Formats: sequence, C-alpha cells, structure tokens
Amino acid sequence: MGWFKVSPLPLFNHISFSFLSVLPFLKIEDIVTLIQDEEEGVPIRTVKSFMTKIPSVVTGTDIVQWLMKNLGIEDPAEAMHIGSLIAAQGYFFPISDHVLSLKDDGTFYRFQAPYFWPSNCWEPENTDYAIYLCKRTMQNKTRLELADYEAENLARLQRAFARKWEFIYMQAEAQVKIDRKKDKTERKILDSQERAFWDVHRPVPGCVNTTEMDIRKCRRMKNPHRVKKSVYGLVEEGTQSQSPIHTPSHHCRKGTKEDVEKEIIFLNTQIDRHRMKMSKVAESRSYVDYDQFVTAQEPANPWTSDDPSLWELEASKEPSQQRVKKWGFSLEEALKDPAGQELFLKFLESEFSSENLRFWLAVQDMKRRPQQDVAQRAEDIWAEFLAEGAPSSINLDSHSYERTSQNLKDPGRYSYEDAQDHIYKLMKSDSYTRFLRSNVPGPADGKEESGHNKVYSGLTSNHPHIM
Amino acid sequence: MEELRKEMENLKDQITAVRKTFQDSTLQEAAAGVTVVGRVQLKTRKTLRGHLAKIYAMHWGTDSTLCVSASQDGKLIVWDTITTNKVNAIPLKSSWVMTCAYAPSGNLVACGGLDNMCSIYNLKGKDGNVKVMRELAAHTGYLSCCRFLSDTEIITSSGDCTCVLWDIETGTQKMVFAGHQGDAMSLGVSPDFKFFISGACDFTAKLWDIREAECRQTFGGHESDINAIGFFPNGNAVITGSDDATCKLYDLRADQELLTYQDPSIMCGVTSLAPSKSGRLLLAGHDDFNVNIWDMLKAERVGVLAGHDNRVSCIGVSSDGMACCTGSWDSFLKIWN
Repeated sequence: MGWFKVSPLPLFNHISFSFLSVLPFLKIEDIVTLIQDEEEGVPIRTVKSFMTKIPSVVTGTDIVQWLMKNLGIEDPAEAMHIGSLIAAQGYFFPISDHVLSLKDDGTFYRFQAPYFWPSNCWEPENTDYAIYLCKRTMQNKTRLELADYEAENLARLQRAFARKWEFIYMQAEAQVKIDRKKDKTERKILDSQERAFWDVHRPVPGCVNTTEMDIRKCRRMKNPHRVKKSVYGLVEEGTQSQSPIHTPSHHCRKGTKEDVEKEIIFLNTQIDRHRMKMSKVAESRSYVDYDQFVTAQEPANPWTSDDPSLWELEASKEPSQQRVKKWGFSLEEALKDPAGQELFLKFLESEFSSENLRFWLAVQDMKRRPQQDVAQRAEDIWAEFLAEGAPSSINLDSHSYERTSQNLKDPGRYSYEDAQDHIYKLMKSDSYTRFLRSNVPGPADGKEESGHNKVYSGLTSNHPHIM
Repeated sequence: MEELRKEMENLKDQITAVRKTFQDSTLQEAAAGVTVVGRVQLKTRKTLRGHLAKIYAMHWGTDSTLCVSASQDGKLIVWDTITTNKVNAIPLKSSWVMTCAYAPSGNLVACGGLDNMCSIYNLKGKDGNVKVMRELAAHTGYLSCCRFLSDTEIITSSGDCTCVLWDIETGTQKMVFAGHQGDAMSLGVSPDFKFFISGACDFTAKLWDIREAECRQTFGGHESDINAIGFFPNGNAVITGSDDATCKLYDLRADQELLTYQDPSIMCGVTSLAPSKSGRLLLAGHDDFNVNIWDMLKAERVGVLAGHDNRVSCIGVSSDGMACCTGSWDSFLKIWN
C-alpha cells in the first residue's frame, strides 16, 4: 500500500493524551472488528457482476442480520439505527453511493481500512482534498468521475489555491503514479475506501457531517500536539488560518499540589459524614399519578387536545381535587401552590398563628430582593416580627434569637436562615398537621364545590410521609 | 507530591469502603414490587423553526408555554411554544453561544459561550426593545451553563473549572466555587434554591452549598466527561449524563450511586437530560440523534424519541410536566408529549 506515506497508526499509540475522544469510537470499533471476523463475522466475498468482479463486499441485509444476532437485538429498527450510526461514521460504506447510510436489502457494502478510522483523529486539510479530487480527474475511469458537488468543490479549491495549484497538481500526479503500480483488484478496494473517507470528511451537501465536534470539547481532544497529518504524507507549514474553536487552550488545569491538599482536606470531612442506609433511601413514594407522560390527566393535556382549560384551571384559585390532594404530601407542596398557601394562611389566621407563615414568606421575599434593598427589608422584618413589642411577634427559641440578632449587625440575605428553619419546622410539626385534619371552608365566594369541603379528611391515612 | 497523591487515593478508597457498608439494599431490590411503566410513546406536537445553525441550548420559562433557545447562528429566540411564534429574536454579539437560561420571573434571559461572559437581557424593558442589561465577565474559560436564582442572582459554570454566583445588579462575583479538576459542563439548582450541582470533565459531580460556597459532596463513577446534570424532582437525588453513554442516579442522603442507566446498544454519549415531573421517567438526549426514555426505578428503557436529523443537544420538561422540548444540531426544536 504505497500511498500510506504515514504508516497506519495502531490505535493505542495515539491515546497517551486521553481516552476521552476515542471512547465512543472504541465501542463501535469493537463491533466493526468482530463483524469482519473470518469465523464469526458476515460473509465478505467477491461477487461476479455483468462483466466484472466486485471484490470484498457484503449485503446490507447481512449486516443487519449480524447485528441483530450478535448484539442481541430483537427489533430490526434498532439494528438499523446502530448500523446507520456505524455507516455514518464511515466504518463501512455503500460501494455505489456517496451517501453513507445503511439499507436492509441487497445493496453492497465494503469495510473501511483501519487507517482511515475516525479514532485516528483525522482532520484532513483542504490541500489533501484538492489533491484527491485532482487525481481523480487524471484517470480515465468511469467509476472515478466526479459527482456534481465534487466538481463544484474542485472549482472552488482551484480558486482558493490558485497560487499553489502547480504543487497540488504535481502531488496528484505522484499519487496516480503510485496507484498505477498496484494490482487492479487492490486498487478498486483502496479507491473506494479513500472515497468513503472523503465522504465522511467532506460529506455530500445535505448530509450530516459526523466529524463535527462539540466546540466545548474541540480544544481538549483533537491533535493536542497540533501536528497536522496529511493523508498523502505532505508536510504542511501552518498556512491555514485558525478558527476560534481551534485556538490553543490557555487554561490547562492540572492537579497542582495545592489542589491535592485541598482535596485531602475535603475527603477527610467526607469519611464520617452522615449517611442514610440504602434501604431507607430506596423507599420511594410515587408521584406517578401526576406525571403526564405516564398517566393521562383530567382535564386533557392542552398539547394534545388543543384545549387550554387545564392551564386555566391551574392558574385559577379553584383547585382541582388532584391539586388539593397534593397539598397533603408535604408542607412544601402546599406552600408551592399559591392557592394552597392562601388556604393555609387562612387556617393559621383562624388559629391566631398566621405570623409564623407571614414571617417565613417575608424572609423568602427578602432573599430575592436586589442587594441594596436587603438590609432595609431585614430591619423591617425585625421590627414587625422579632423586636420587643413587635406587632406580629413570633416565637423563637433563645438560641436562634441570639444568633439572628447577631446576624443583623451586618444584615444579609441569610441573616434569618436559622430563624426561618426553626419556624418552618414548627409549622410543619404543629399547624400543618391540624390543617390537614381540619374541615376547611369552601372558596371565598361562598360557592360550595362538592367534595372540596371535606377534602382533607382521610388524606393523612394515605400518606405516611406526612410529619 | 507522590506521598500526597497516595494519601488522597487512600482516603478515596476508605470512603468507597464506608459507602459500601450502607448498601444494605439496592434501589432495584426495593423497587422489585413496582410494575414497569409501560411503553412510553411521545409524539412531536410542534416543530419550532427559525434558527439557521446548530442549537446548543434551551430552557423553559416557568409558565410552561414560553421557552428560550440559543443557536450558533448568533441568536437567542424566545418562543411561544403553543403558536410556534417567536416572541423575541435577540441578536448576540458573539455567535459561539453554548448556554441560555430563563429567569423564574420571566423578566430576564441569559446566555454565554466562547466569549467567557454571561450576558443578561431584559425582556420587559420600557420601550419594548430587548437590550443587554449586564455582561458578567470574570471567567477565564467558556461559559458552559447558567441558571437564575432570581432576577438578582445567577449561577454560571465554566470551562475554567469553576462555578460562580453573581450579583446581577452590580455585575460582580459574589462567590466562586472551585474544586473541579476539569471543565465544568453543566449545573442544576435545587428546588429549594439552597444548593446547586455541577458536572464536569473530571468525571465527577459536586453538590455545592450556595450560602457557604463550599462543596458538600462529590460523586464519581463515570468513565468520561459529565455533560448534563439535574436534580431529581424531590431534590434528594442527582442525575448525571456522560460521554460514556450512561446516566447515573446518586442519592444525596446515602451519599452514593443508586443506579446506572445503560444499554449495550446505546453507544453514543449523553448530551442532555431531564426527568419527568414525577421523576419516574428520565429523558436523555444523545449524540446519535435520539432521546432515550428510562423508567428511573427499574432502570429499563421504555421509549425512544427519534425525529431529529442531527445530535440532540438540549432537552427540558416544562414545569407543569405536560411537555418536553428537544433542541438539536439540525437547527430545530421539537415539542413532545
């Protein structure tokens, strides 16, 4: 194979920088290696056609069948999906088409040479592509004729490389000379593999370019040493302008001594941290009834029925049975829903303990204010809820009270954190339970919706997680 | 230095051993009595057309009908997903955008990317024009993700391996969360807004206390970059998606991995993920153009969303749980349910 100016790179030589970029390829490449195995693979053979022989091919159906059998796939569509993925990356290709897809029929496919596999991190330059297109025009073979889009590409490259076209032409001639020395059958195979390589890197317009990388990963993965290798062994000076996504990364963070020391400190704190047993954690209460994707909702999902009444209902103050039921799951759920919050507040007012919830809500609001308003709000809250003789005095234990008044010497968003937690726990263990058991009056306008009045009774029996 | 590294590895082994002692059961055993969710088949209800290049990110507004998307065509588009109309089409200074976010209030959107900045836009400006309100600049690497805590605070993650809490009013950094040894790729805020989680290219996920600017927990186990991360709806667990083609569920209280979602036929990395409203289902977007739907309790694949012609780069479930939105490199967004 004389035209391999750069010798075929064994996979593992290349991976010193990281396995990251080749991880997805490795799994596919395991499959691609197996599928070509003499004993266990697909039947690759030479097919006699009209006046000629087609070497080294296999049918699409054979590939699909093999995938189903060897990957344990029952659904042919799934096998097609995987097969198409492998084809799109050029590991095998249709011998008579530039479009890299898999068909489950008698279409012939050939396997790509490992030299051209994506894991070798090819980023072929346009000069290589120009040489390739150019040399195809030099040989008088129908199978090597350029497709329309390739002819257009060649014309564009001729304009772009006008000044060094002589050099490109010479390289193309040299390649043709080398190719001519090869055996006819070998040439057929190599030419098709070379074409498939370019179909991956310069795809037919409209096809997905599978070599496109996520720009966030670009800099870390390909060619860390910035050596551009040429398919045809050219040594290029850096004449290509660098796109922003390929500018060298200036922040290569390695594990410094300081990092390791910090990590050790952190790990030491983690050894004895509190952990819950898996069995306890695994008790999961199912909200499945509330999941649109699993069970259909009443009223109908507006997306499928074009009926927005569900959204109107959600926005309204007259909650559905199901929504009300949710308030029984936890205090958090009740407070999340504005209607639930309102009802809970009313209930607390009836018990003359609404100052707790009002305090909690005031602190939540303060936390969302712009920085410059926070200090003032903090003081207002102190005056309203905590100062001596405050109009809505709340009941804090002396410890939290002390800490809070200390915090207020330098008021900030989290000055009331302890106090808030304390009050929340109080509401949860005390008022909330009574709220659930109470018979709450119906909506404010006096209309009595059936079922809403006694909606909370019986809830606690279904939900052991309350409290 | 060698000594230090040995000590570090030693501690890590100890922690692994301790975690094992709490494994008196597995989620699979506990869920043995639960029936698998039946086959989940979601259909495309809307296709949002308008972007001219790869879509890198999308985020639902809290009203469940508006969403924002960011594309490499240099535009941020706010969509009314029901009518498919573009409410706003915001031209960006830098077209290399990688993330976008919608503030819970609906007043602001944010985006950022290779410009290393997080730009905040006010959607409700007086004269109706959408303008840049703040440019939060301090990161020394690309902006991979951003999420609002409120109209006054936002958290960002960056390729410089740190996450930052910003005060939007003053445009300054309030807290820096450093600790990851690789690019921080994604972040998620807890339902109570007290914590956030980050996934990075050092293969770990970290839980951070927003108030104390400290890392509370670190979770490992993935074999490659973590590209996507999200809280389980009840806030007690964390879900991660990685280039190693798997998703994992970590419980915060047990401090360890509960489940791995993987299948030999899934060979492409996870780019994005979103749990369904109840947390029973996990939707994961992959490089192979598909979204896989998992039964989270049973770790079985129960559905596939196939409809994009290029990789799925972002996914989100609306807050009312009614619909899921996917964004792709094929320049389209699709609404499914």
